[in-house]
Amino acid sequence: MRTPLKRAYGLGSARSGRHHFVVQRVTAIALVLLGAWFAWTALRLLQLDHAGAYALVAQPCNALLMLAFVIATFWHAQLGLQVVVEDYVHGHAMQLVLQVAIRFLCFLGAAAGVLAVIRIALGH
Amino acid sequence: MPATARPLSPHLSIYRWQVQMTTSILHRASGIALAAGTILLLVALLALAAGPEAWARVVAFCDSGIGRVLLLGWTWSFAFHLLNGIKHLLQDVGWGYSIPQFVRNGWLAVIGSLVLTALVWAWILMRTGAA
Repeated sequence: MRTPLKRAYGLGSARSGRHHFVVQRVTAIALVLLGAWFAWTALRLLQLDHAGAYALVAQPCNALLMLAFVIATFWHAQLGLQVVVEDYVHGHAMQLVLQVAIRFLCFLGAAAGVLAVIRIALGH
Repeated sequence: MPATARPLSPHLSIYRWQVQMTTSILHRASGIALAAGTILLLVALLALAAGPEAWARVVAFCDSGIGRVLLLGWTWSFAFHLLNGIKHLLQDVGWGYSIPQFVRNGWLAVIGSLVLTALVWAWILMRTGAA
């Protein structure tokens, strides 16, 4: 039985256990839709020279979807890689180093991608 | 060895192979491959922003032997992670849990990913020439 004392000591559930699960699914649903769009767009880019590819990504709708795709991809990648490391890497120090490194790299990747798309979208 | 010989739970080598074992580990493997593949996504976007010379280098890399092998691997990883991911989302809402459905959907993800990869590359080779 839960008593108020348990909450006062801070020993109860942090109530955050679902968060990873939910965000992983929400980004997965987003990536089903954005991934289909990206696959189609990547195949169109293959047939274009630089000016054509630039113009395609610079279109407001495409730039917006590319931003969403980049953010959802790195967010979902961070959540997935986190679980892989949790499952297979033993030892507190290595666990800590890898989890922080994954978060840093995924954030940098997302930021670099967002910056590139913004440069393309505003570059005309 | 532990001091007392406690019984251990059976591990993979004990069980007869099932397609779910393969889809489970392939989901992780393809996810890791796709995370690595984001490097190419970033390089391509940064090159597109940087200008025609940088973009030409990315195109040349993609057209090289190693580039094509990597792109083929990422195409399959993408197709499998997408199809198996949709399967997982459907299972998350409680769909497809009878044993025949479960096994069939595992095979659908495996075979579907190979078919999708073949279709995409047939399209690429037709549109860009087999060079």
